[in-house]
Amino acid sequence: MSRRIIGPFNRVEGDLEVQLDIRDGRVEEAWVVSPMYRGFEQMLQGKDPLDALVYVPRICGICSVAQSVAAARALVDAQGVVMPPNGERASNLILACENMADHLTHFYLFFMPDFAREVYCNEPWFDAAAARFKAVKGSAAAEVLPARAEFLHLMGLLAGKWPHSLALQPGGTSRAIEVPERARIAAILFGFRKFLERVLFGDTLENIIALDSAEALSSWAEFRPVESSDFRHFLHIADALNLHTLGRAADRFLSYGVYPVEGRDRFSPGVWQGGLSPLDQAVISEDISHSWMHHQSEPKHPFDGVTLPSMAGEAAYSWCKAPRLGGEVVEVGALARQVVDGHPLIRDLVARNGGNVRSRVIARLLELAMVVVEMEQWASGLVPREPFCAHAELPEQAQGIGMIEAARGSLGHWLKIKNGRLLNYQIIAPTTWNFSPRDGAGTPGALEQALVGAPLREGETDPVAVQHIVRSFDPCMVCTVH
Amino acid sequence: MGASTEGKLTLLWLQSGGCGGCTLSLLGAESPDMLTTLESAGIELLWHPSLSEEDGAGLHDIFHSILSGERQLDILCLEGAVVQGPNGSGLFHRLAGSERPMRDWIKDLTAVAKHVVAVGSCAAFGGITSGGGNPSEACGLQYDATKPGGLLGEGFRASGGLPVVNIAGCPTHPNWVTETLLQISRGEMSDTELDECHRPRSYSDHLVHHGCPRNEYYEFKASAAKPSDLGCLMEHLGCLGTQAHADCNLRLWNGEGSCLRGGYACINCTEPGFERPRHRFTETEKIAGIPVGLPIDMPKAWFVALASLSKAATPERLRENARSDHIQRAPRKTGRDK
Repeated sequence: MSRRIIGPFNRVEGDLEVQLDIRDGRVEEAWVVSPMYRGFEQMLQGKDPLDALVYVPRICGICSVAQSVAAARALVDAQGVVMPPNGERASNLILACENMADHLTHFYLFFMPDFAREVYCNEPWFDAAAARFKAVKGSAAAEVLPARAEFLHLMGLLAGKWPHSLALQPGGTSRAIEVPERARIAAILFGFRKFLERVLFGDTLENIIALDSAEALSSWAEFRPVESSDFRHFLHIADALNLHTLGRAADRFLSYGVYPVEGRDRFSPGVWQGGLSPLDQAVISEDISHSWMHHQSEPKHPFDGVTLPSMAGEAAYSWCKAPRLGGEVVEVGALARQVVDGHPLIRDLVARNGGNVRSRVIARLLELAMVVVEMEQWASGLVPREPFCAHAELPEQAQGIGMIEAARGSLGHWLKIKNGRLLNYQIIAPTTWNFSPRDGAGTPGALEQALVGAPLREGETDPVAVQHIVRSFDPCMVCTVH
Repeated sequence: MGASTEGKLTLLWLQSGGCGGCTLSLLGAESPDMLTTLESAGIELLWHPSLSEEDGAGLHDIFHSILSGERQLDILCLEGAVVQGPNGSGLFHRLAGSERPMRDWIKDLTAVAKHVVAVGSCAAFGGITSGGGNPSEACGLQYDATKPGGLLGEGFRASGGLPVVNIAGCPTHPNWVTETLLQISRGEMSDTELDECHRPRSYSDHLVHHGCPRNEYYEFKASAAKPSDLGCLMEHLGCLGTQAHADCNLRLWNGEGSCLRGGYACINCTEPGFERPRHRFTETEKIAGIPVGLPIDMPKAWFVALASLSKAATPERLRENARSDHIQRAPRKTGRDK
């Protein structure tokens, strides 16, 4: 048996190392190491609570708005203010713009280039995959970057800029939209819809959303030639490589719910494990038994969490803490969000093969179709000259929770205010859940479980299967540790 | 030192104590897009963490070929601060797949690179990563907040003759980066193109105030009281646009945005030490009711005199619009002109 150390992983956000024990051509055990610590939770202590809106987006350049929205929610929870409908819709549009840009970036720039690696050069599908998806040089990147940039013009209009906007305020957004701007937003969304329909799907968004079972997806894929759309292209490769058998974790899925309209989340919160149960945030805890942290003898709810780095512990191997839901490992992300919300295609895929490389990617692309349609509705629901932002003072003593869904899964902020200053600020990011180290019971995190059994191809020392599994989670390492 | 490949300039892009936001911003470059810009500049991307195919082993091979002199490194871009903690060990960021702190790899590579470019305020000065008591002991390549020095020392010059080029900003505008790379590739980057903090003057010779859509409110001191108000954000809401070196309101963001156009204050993110204000970021520090931070090179007495004069002359239109999130009253000719 040999221990392989793989890193840095690129085409993930931030620095990542994976250690593997390999036996008989398969991964037997895995350790996921987050090798960088910056200490945002420490930085925020003692700060004016509103300064969190400057700090937290800068945790991450790819989940910047998600961090802002979570902080704004935690602050508004402490204030007890109700956001006006315009503020809700504008916040949704800004968050959705980031999330959808992330899904697009992940698929084209981070995930697909692995199929253009030399290791696949003898596969019958290789030439087409390399021409389309080769890192930097493939035809897709040149087509996608301008479409992404134009879609992000929504940020210029609604949030001033991206990343790192201060437009997301506790009571709404700081940028009121006028009548002609609402029309521009609709036009930009129309352009993005056309791009998705022409290039990614080769079909209408509505037809993609209507796919309601694994069979429906397969017959849709076979209906037109592989090269007619990038989604079909992916499904073809996924079937050739049996990606549905790769990267299964605990099959326990969590979503905090996201995109409220009149206070009701468009994607509902909950926990899925063969069936749906309600989410109880009180049973969330973080364990530091295998983290380079100290001064916390047992797992703690984030309201009482402590973040003090220390390299002393012998069992420790990551800067990441180990979050657990009622003591259990959960998986978060687009797949979790859609299985919890109940999309029939995703429920069917999960019932058949659980969470895996193929189903995670399908859920992300399905969301691109679903959310762009929602964005069109939110945009037309903006009412110019009605307020976009409610205002209130922050109390001197308070606590607040901000739980939302970023592109890559459930993001939570828990804050306590004392004497008008932040007493404690704890963050659990999506990849903290997915790339968690082992906990006090020795149970590995979701990716650590998903990597077990990953096969080596002939002649490989670093299995390409590991690359697919890692990236299928769309990890964000700068958020993970923060 | 070995030759560049096919006469192209080689570029290695590394990330350390930061958020990756400058890369995400750069991917939104337009006219032309990022990949076209690099191609037109004859720049060959040796490795970029978000874009390249090569994984860990490939990167370590690239490092070794550069450090052994086998391969020339023309441009080294660092995004994110240099992380020195805990206790000066640098182990808060150990490069994955190696036993060494990222700091040490950065130091070795800067010694052989022809040009060293700090992308973003973190790499340049420490930035947000060095804020809030600086728990990770972060600093910039050649600055520690406002103090020259940083990782490489005040006297550092890359082999091409220039100090670290500091494309400060949090994040950087995509064109600040693309234009800097184009200038370097064309041999048009020199000491005279850099300001006193080694920022490219292409954008730092301007102030965020230039082209601000709130200029008329500023002139008449018609001030916003809360986020989403249209008025000037300097008096109450912490705006530092009259001091901030950047062209954000001349060269807009994501089509037609900027912080001010988004309804919130400029926090002076291109300035060394911006992460350590003495006050809440979005509240103006005042003494006796007068903002402490006045326009960068304006005598204080004049500012106070002009402010009180212009406040007395504020048109009702501006007074009303300044406290609203949309235009209540459009500019019209007064009765006298009818």
